[in-house]
Amino acid sequence: MKSIALHILDLVQNSARAKASKVFISISEDPVAGSYQLKIQDDGEGMKEEILQKATNPFYTSRTTRRIGMGLPLVKLNAERTGGSFKLQSEPGKGTSMEADFACNHPDRLPLGEIDDVLVLLAVGLPQLRLVYEHKTPGGTYCFDTEVIREITGNIQESSLEIRRFLKEMIAENLKDINAES
Amino acid sequence: MNKIKSLDDLRQLREGMQAKIKLRESGDNAENIVRIKVAMSTCGIASGAKEIMTYLMDELEQHSIEAVVSQTGCMGYCFAEPTIEVTLPGKDPIVFGDVDKYRAAEIIEKYIIHNELVDGILPANYRTIDN
Repeated sequence: MKSIALHILDLVQNSARAKASKVFISISEDPVAGSYQLKIQDDGEGMKEEILQKATNPFYTSRTTRRIGMGLPLVKLNAERTGGSFKLQSEPGKGTSMEADFACNHPDRLPLGEIDDVLVLLAVGLPQLRLVYEHKTPGGTYCFDTEVIREITGNIQESSLEIRRFLKEMIAENLKDINAES
Repeated sequence: MNKIKSLDDLRQLREGMQAKIKLRESGDNAENIVRIKVAMSTCGIASGAKEIMTYLMDELEQHSIEAVVSQTGCMGYCFAEPTIEVTLPGKDPIVFGDVDKYRAAEIIEKYIIHNELVDGILPANYRTIDN
């Protein structure tokens, strides 16, 4: 994966497949302290302990269409190669949460990437899912909540290019305003 | 400095569009909608499915084609990602592999608009005589 945004796009598909109705994504960054944390929590089916142990093994997957599963192992790899850490917790029936700590200023830390694009795609492509994205920097916090957006626009899937463009610009401008690292 | 876009601006935009959207809804009939699923799993995303999905949504709208573009998981064709499944009204779904922007444009132009088949179809749901 080329960016953290793409990892988010990938991992939210896992949540959607685990029948989650709400996914909470948060990024907290502090370039001065050198920390950069990505957290994703869902209220999906969750995993049993034995599956949880296998989840970061690239040769394990819950799918039947193929026999490898790279989503989580790649996040773990990318976090660990900046000297960071990776934690995965899950409880059957309650949901799953993932925490990846990156070293903010490490040359191998992935860029955030086109998060505006990713959030709009997820909002359009997974209409059954409520997505909350929170980005914290020393300059402030920005929160994007699809429930609030849908209240205003109705079904985004049927809405137009204009609204999608607007949402993208809104996210990008707000992140710029709080000086989010690229 | 320009003012940052906010939810209030979104509300205004939406209100200004109300008339246009109503028009679309009345002309809406489910049988005439083109359905496209973009395989959006680790393999697909790593090979550029995000750009393809954005491109498809923007292009279809510019051609005023009534379409629903959604995301699906990996169909097992990791070697041919990005893959998309196109279902034209009244037809069986067809899966196209190795879709980049040029191929996406070709699929819209030839298959969706003119109903001609293009190269790169994956045999995902072919039928045999006995079923």
